[in-house]
Amino acid sequence: MRGQGRVRRRTHDRERLARRVRRAEQWRALGLGLRMFRRSLGTVMPLAVALAATALTFCVGLVFLAPPALRLTQCMARRERRVLAEEFGIEVPEAYKPQVTVETLPDGRYRFGRRVKRTVPGQWELDFQQFTTDPAIWRDLRWLSSALVLGVLAAVPAALIGYGLIGQLIPVIAWGAHHLGQGDSTVYTWFLAAPDGELSWPAHVLLGATFFGGFGLAPALVQRYGAWSAKLLSPPRNAQLRQRVRRLTETRADALDAQAAELRRIERDLHDGVQARLVAMGLNLGAVEQLLERDPAAAKALLAQSREASATALGELRGLVRGIHPPVLAERGLADAIRALALDSPLAVEVTEDLPGRAEPPVESAVYFAVSELLTNAARHAAADRVWIDVHHTGDALRVQVTDDGRGGADASNGSGLRGVERRLATFDGVLALSSPKGGPTIVTLELPCALSSPRTSTSYGTA
Amino acid sequence: MRIVLAEDLYLLRDGLIRLLEAHGFEIAAAVESGPELQRALVELRPDVAVVDVRLPPTFTDEGLQAALAARREVPGLPVLVLSQHVEQLYARELLADGSGGVGYLLKDRVFNAEQFTDAVRRVAAGGTAMDPDVIAKLLRSNARDEPLAALTPREREVLELMAEGRSNTAVAGRLFISEGAVSKHTTSIFAKLGLAASDDDNRRVLAVLAYLNGA
Repeated sequence: MRGQGRVRRRTHDRERLARRVRRAEQWRALGLGLRMFRRSLGTVMPLAVALAATALTFCVGLVFLAPPALRLTQCMARRERRVLAEEFGIEVPEAYKPQVTVETLPDGRYRFGRRVKRTVPGQWELDFQQFTTDPAIWRDLRWLSSALVLGVLAAVPAALIGYGLIGQLIPVIAWGAHHLGQGDSTVYTWFLAAPDGELSWPAHVLLGATFFGGFGLAPALVQRYGAWSAKLLSPPRNAQLRQRVRRLTETRADALDAQAAELRRIERDLHDGVQARLVAMGLNLGAVEQLLERDPAAAKALLAQSREASATALGELRGLVRGIHPPVLAERGLADAIRALALDSPLAVEVTEDLPGRAEPPVESAVYFAVSELLTNAARHAAADRVWIDVHHTGDALRVQVTDDGRGGADASNGSGLRGVERRLATFDGVLALSSPKGGPTIVTLELPCALSSPRTSTSYGTA
Repeated sequence: MRIVLAEDLYLLRDGLIRLLEAHGFEIAAAVESGPELQRALVELRPDVAVVDVRLPPTFTDEGLQAALAARREVPGLPVLVLSQHVEQLYARELLADGSGGVGYLLKDRVFNAEQFTDAVRRVAAGGTAMDPDVIAKLLRSNARDEPLAALTPREREVLELMAEGRSNTAVAGRLFISEGAVSKHTTSIFAKLGLAASDDDNRRVLAVLAYLNGA
């Protein structure tokens, strides 16, 4: 019996908690809606300026007016993007064209943007090209002209609540007004009351519904505001594609550079190491053939030398293979390969892993070498004792977090291996986030969009 | 002594068969894939299995998995694993059941026939044969372990050879010192690492490996 009571109480508590959460959410949405409304009022002037300036530019020919006005538009749009990211958690990408630059053509003329001129273009001409030929900026203007409407929309729930509340208070207000000698008023009828302030019960119900409806509507509406605003602000498809192409070109060049350097290194290592040793072994064996009958002792010594050379060559090849594609990675996949790294590290490394399948081999390899680099950093630069590595796959991304208890203060820009890791990950659209305050801890998070293939077949025994 | 051999490269398999037969071993079966290996191990119950890690059909760690599976079915079945590379991770897995009778060597070690056949015999007798590279890696990853750092250079040498699975006699032979000196060193090592001393060679080796794996 007591058990049942406890269960009931627990369910009751849970419901109460859910109600409280919902209430808090509604209040938050109301506040946010009102803030958005207030912000949208601030877009009226810039919009008027932008429209007037553009009209004057293209109808009357006052060409110097458009650039500053459009710059203002862009500035407003950027601010809205920031608000969307901070308040709504919606990241809206920017895809403005790159800075217009002047290029001297072989025939002595100048090209900037889409225009070619005989004389050196002035700054205003560059600005004009920059701002009037960028579809992303015209898109910003489109958003600016709808911003007020969206703001009003976001304030609707608050208005409904206010309307319902005032409506309910009309009888009291009318009563007070009568006492002060005021007569009937048509204002009362705006709130569904009779001119004398009398409120019928259907009106009561209706006003109550409006009041509570306002609360109920707030979260959904403010969310719609965010979604529409983001949609209006996001760059046109082809601008997004253009940006994507630019990025792919960059990362492809990086990847090819890295690969070429890697191949050169392997070639050099093979040439100076294994190849040279094989040549020496061949020479030795030739000599052995000659010496076999004449001087068996010398032949034996040469054979021992050859055996040693072959062992060294094998050792070198092993090192090389490890650098190209580590055998554990090939045999066991990423999780066990990271465990193997953890075991080989002089630090106390703890690995937690949740990978239901295997990623593409190039992704696995990139992550492996990244983790290897991070572990080296932790031991060499951070003077850490313990490291925690967490590898898991969420949604459609592989996330790896490497935390150490070292002294922190790592900086990706000051030539540490982090830059290299970042570049290597960029080829796979992966990103690296670094948090390393002075005094530690250092937390590096890698994230790569990737799908996992077939569930893992090999089982993992002991843990690292 | 009957051996089951698993190696997928013909030249190497042939070479190994010749080498082992020349040293008086009997090859009960020479197989070239993981499933065949597991069947041979369970059916033929050899005195020792010599197994390549990477075997068909997956060309991953098929050989190791088959050996581990066979050891689960036939506890203590002696297995000597050969590989082009050595990993602490695999050494741990082989040692995990704590029953000994395991070896883990780089393929290059077959170049030295005496040492290789010695390792095969040791494993067959229930001992261990760990590659010097494995031990070096183990010691490197324990670089910050204080009791280990307190060992004298000589004691460290003795520890390394012992961890490879060698008996006191063998260690003495390798270091050109008397057996008495070796056992003095071992006593000191065990005291410094806080391990219970034991007269049994195998048990001592396993204790040292467990210490290195656990620290």
